Amino acid sequence: MTTMLLANKDLDVDAEGFLQDPAQWDESVAEAIARQVGIEPLTERHWAVVRFMRDRFLATGTAPSIRTLGKESGVPIKELYQVFPKGPAKLAAKIGGIPKPKGCI
Amino acid sequence: MSATAVAPEEVRLEEPQPENIRKVSIIISKGSLEGIYPGLILANGARMEGIEADLFFTFFGMDAITKKKMDKIRVATVGNPALGVPALLGVLPGMSAFVTKRMAKQMEQLDIPPIPEFIQLIADSGAKLYACKASVDMFGLKQEDFVDTLEGILTVGEFYEQAAGGQIIFT
Repeated sequence: MTTMLLANKDLDVDAEGFLQDPAQWDESVAEAIARQVGIEPLTERHWAVVRFMRDRFLATGTAPSIRTLGKESGVPIKELYQVFPKGPAKLAAKIGGIPKPKGCI
Repeated sequence: MSATAVAPEEVRLEEPQPENIRKVSIIISKGSLEGIYPGLILANGARMEGIEADLFFTFFGMDAITKKKMDKIRVATVGNPALGVPALLGVLPGMSAFVTKRMAKQMEQLDIPPIPEFIQLIADSGAKLYACKASVDMFGLKQEDFVDTLEGILTVGEFYEQAAGGQIIFT
């Protein structure tokens, strides 16, 4: 585990830059990570997915699948890939300050 | 004696980094549940990593995108030693349906969609779906027999053209 300085905070991250402690996250961290992965600005649609992803992880301890994201986040699959072309689940988790999703789906 | 020899590690060129996979073309050739799912999971997983993905369905693999058949895909209980079912029981009427039902339940628990929903999810994720021309002709099928998300019917040559620049995975 390494430390990364972002949005004036020392954050514990894994080798790919996923936060290891969701408590270190706030909206300025989200915006800084989004910039790093080439998403700027974060729109309401991004936020809907990021918040859903984060809330579900905090409630259940597991990041939701892409199937669940498409059905329940309020943003359908097609649009998920439009707003996060490099992978909706992975990027929403990263921006939402939770560990990298472990599932295959 | 002048000691100007350079240590070998200093002159060694930097080792090339393995290149990331940017595109995959996945061929699905079998029509059983266990023959179809791995290719679908690979395609969906590729898109989730931001990797471009094409799916090419051939022979009985086309059942996965054939409207009348895609929701009737079953586990093969005959000639499938990995199931652990005695060979003679595998042929019993209802055995395949029973095993399929059990497996569907397990997959639902893991949030793996049924095949028709999975095909739609993969198409919506931006992967392109193709059927194999030779198989389509052989089975006497038409474009309208397939899901609406089918991108086209390709010859082998066109498939290779489409797959250019990526990895080909045969399942």
